[in-house]
Amino acid sequence: MADSSSAAECPVCGAQIQLAADAVKGELIECSDCGTELEIISIDPPQVHEAPQEEEDWGE
Amino acid sequence: MTKVKVSIVGASGYTGGELLRLLLFHPNVEVKQVTSESYTGKFVHKIHPNLRKSTMMKFVSASELETCDLLFLSLPHNNSQNQIDEYKKLAPKIIDLSADFRLKNAHEYEKWYGHKHARPELLNEFVYGIPELHREEMKKANYISSAGCNATASILGLYPLFKNNLVEEDRTVIEVKVGSSEGGNKVNEGSHHPERSGVVRSYQPTQHRHTAEMLQEISFGKKIQIHFSATAIDMVRGLLATCHVFLKENLQEKDIWKVYRDAYGNEPFIRIVKENEGIFRYPEPKLLIGTNYCDIGFKKDDFSNRLVVISAIDNLMKGAAGQAVQAFNLMYGFDERTGLEFPGLHPI
Repeated sequence: MADSSSAAECPVCGAQIQLAADAVKGELIECSDCGTELEIISIDPPQVHEAPQEEEDWGE
Repeated sequence: MTKVKVSIVGASGYTGGELLRLLLFHPNVEVKQVTSESYTGKFVHKIHPNLRKSTMMKFVSASELETCDLLFLSLPHNNSQNQIDEYKKLAPKIIDLSADFRLKNAHEYEKWYGHKHARPELLNEFVYGIPELHREEMKKANYISSAGCNATASILGLYPLFKNNLVEEDRTVIEVKVGSSEGGNKVNEGSHHPERSGVVRSYQPTQHRHTAEMLQEISFGKKIQIHFSATAIDMVRGLLATCHVFLKENLQEKDIWKVYRDAYGNEPFIRIVKENEGIFRYPEPKLLIGTNYCDIGFKKDDFSNRLVVISAIDNLMKGAAGQAVQAFNLMYGFDERTGLEFPGLHPI
């Protein structure tokens, strides 16, 4: 279980995401629970938001 | 290491064969006997060809059964309850995979099954067989009644919502799509290939017996209604349950994530599958073939308080044999995952 005090919260599913020690602002990461691509917007405190996505045509 | 000696009564069916496949490779199990009245004296691999070279066992008649540590009963419904005394003499522990001992209330049994239970006084001796709901009871149990496949997928999908009193009690609709193996290995006119192939067959639009198990397990003392329908589709294994419920409060998807994470975050066989991109964004039965996983996803309707919960299993695994082995592991204090580590195939 990640230490929530040093983890960012996924804005989509609420998962606690531990940032890597060498993480940098602007880096793209993926939420391990919901798979959403996230952009690191702050290292201290750790914060992420949804990375901009291209529209895609999926499914029927 | 001393192995637990088990026998399977009724091992020529699909569930019995799947149980044998799992138990032959379970490190803590010795399979002592497997019975079939139709195939007595025949090699097991004549009926279960996937087990060729895995075992040279032959089917025996149930009348030849010897004592063992645990009996798996994989018999047609109504069989176990009529012969339970004989089986109890043969083994101190029993896991029954039929529907005979799933319900705790004899009146409910009669209502849903259309006849009186032969041994209603024994109904409460059996623990209902979904480990995620009854783990602690299973650890102390001598008798477990394995849950139905449609019921397992539906109950696991909805359990966290009803437990936390989040959904309206009388507006649950469940539609399950099932493969042909759910119907067992006895042929009938409807299973003839030209008739069965390609069907989308509404085989039980109302009054499916598994509804009784769902009501028993997720009502939590309240009067709830579950409107359940089952449709047979062109698939051999697998089951997808699409459950429609209506939220009492305007919860957001992040709130629902928390509910499921709290309920199942530490469960070895439950995965929340809900992604915004990729090919498999929600549970997909074909990825679960041969595994003991139950995958659960959900989507809140932006225009109403409807929440759609989607759950998928392999009906012969988490819906039958796999779940029974999971229960067996709990009964004996083994790691719950023993013998059930297969992660599935992709592509398939």
